[in-house]
Amino acid sequence: MTTTGFFTDSTLCIGCKACEVACKEWNEVPDDGFVFSGLSYDNTVALGHSTWRHVKFVEETPAFGRGGNSPEQITWQFSSDVCKHCEHAGCLEACPTGSIVRTEFGGVYIQPDICNGCGYCVVSCPFGVVDRRPTDGRAFKCTFCYDRQKAGLQPACAKACPTGSILFGDLEQLERAADERIAKLHGQGMTDAAIWNPKESSVGGTHAFFLVRGDSRTYNLPKEPQVPTTLLREGWGAAAIAAGAIAVGSLLAFAFGRRSPSA
Amino acid sequence: MKPTEERLDQLREEAARSGQTVAGTLLSYYGVPLLKPPVWTWEIPTYFFVGGAAGAASVLAAVAQLTGADEDLVRDARWIAAAGAGLSGPLLIADLGRPERFLNMLRVFKLQSPMSVGAWTVAAFGAASTAAAFADLVRRRTSLPVRLVADAAGLVSAATGLAMSTYTGVLLGATSIPVWSRHVRLLPFHFGASALGSAVSLLQLMGHDDDALNALGIGAAVFETMTGFQLERTSDRESEPLRHGPTGITTRLGGVFSGPIPLVLRLFGLRSRRARQAAAAATLLGSLITRFAWVEAGKESAKQSKP
Repeated sequence: MTTTGFFTDSTLCIGCKACEVACKEWNEVPDDGFVFSGLSYDNTVALGHSTWRHVKFVEETPAFGRGGNSPEQITWQFSSDVCKHCEHAGCLEACPTGSIVRTEFGGVYIQPDICNGCGYCVVSCPFGVVDRRPTDGRAFKCTFCYDRQKAGLQPACAKACPTGSILFGDLEQLERAADERIAKLHGQGMTDAAIWNPKESSVGGTHAFFLVRGDSRTYNLPKEPQVPTTLLREGWGAAAIAAGAIAVGSLLAFAFGRRSPSA
Repeated sequence: MKPTEERLDQLREEAARSGQTVAGTLLSYYGVPLLKPPVWTWEIPTYFFVGGAAGAASVLAAVAQLTGADEDLVRDARWIAAAGAGLSGPLLIADLGRPERFLNMLRVFKLQSPMSVGAWTVAAFGAASTAAAFADLVRRRTSLPVRLVADAAGLVSAATGLAMSTYTGVLLGATSIPVWSRHVRLLPFHFGASALGSAVSLLQLMGHDDDALNALGIGAAVFETMTGFQLERTSDRESEPLRHGPTGITTRLGGVFSGPIPLVLRLFGLRSRRARQAAAAATLLGSLITRFAWVEAGKESAKQSKP
């Protein structure tokens, strides 16, 4: 099986949210509340237990206040966010039941029949993607449409995308396509366009990667995400020394501690 | 320059200084938190307290048994360990989103998951400490030769008990939550000292007045006082939930009850048994508050998280 990926190109996204709707319908994801956020045209706000695709509406005044608020001074970018399907996935490493697995397509998948809702994946994801659904008790996130992929279909969001902003396919081919796209955009003068795929970080790259303009942090895409497993050595090292100190300290106290008369 | 433009420049500078913007660009998606807050409720910090104290009590039981301390101390410490282990399971299961699937915790063993290592530790500790306590009971009530069983189980209980009192620090530290991961090296020591202090205090409140216990209580209180000073001195953004707002208050409250108050009472209470008992009560309260403070600080930290 080839490793598949998502290449989400924000320069092609028109903010139609067809991906959000297609994902909800195919995966039968319940509603995530009907709230007015006031954040541009985005009332979905963030990925979560019941939001597996989320279109961000990044509305900016590039130079705050300069030249008044003329329309030319406002940029409006859209980008469809999704679980990153990390190469070194924090949720997968942390899952104590083995519910979270890597599929034959390279995606990170939560097996709903095994998850017992311990919540450890929630604090282990460096991107705030996984969450526990209160009405269900289990953790949920994008499945990478594992069922559709098994049937030889592309994920629902990519299928529904009308502009080709969400591309699905062989990961290596997508990466090459992304490089070509960047070269083309830079040639057209869109020099602030860049690929976000944290290959240099401990996450080791993601199977869902993005093309965004400007600072990736405006899309809540951290520059240097860290997979928590890198902290294990420090943590267990400290725990071993602490345990040793408790054992030795207790031994010394009892070996040399005088008995009080009342004991 | 017009006054309105001067004011705009001022606003730009303020926005850049406060870290909201760099050259006019927002540094996060409208300030929406990057991370999801921990979903754990009161059961988890309560378990940290109970499991930690039980683990340290099993260590005290084994040490007391090895050094020939009085048998009542060994017995009581074993019972604290067994009772704590008995409480830990239900607390952990109650916090699961699907409690009926708790056995899935023992479906696999994963070294890279502190939660998995913890689940197996709780299981082994529970079995060993319960066996030690009941073998002790059988030995006292009957003439059956089970002393070896009790002592062997007690040693297994102590070995796993050492993990019980410290692994919860790794559990919190090795995550994406900034305030926890920032202190991944401190947390196992912090929780270990808190656990030792609690176990000592429980034994003292049960009427044991061994000097060794008081010495260990002083040691734990000294460490907790130093931890408090260390946390007060931190100025990084990740540690802000420990110093500001409601979680800052709980953290300090837990610190004062775990460190300075029992330390002063134990050191300057001289030979007063009452002072040691007061110190023990303060330590237990401090340990419980400390565990809640760290979990709540984690939730606050996630709410403040930025890419």
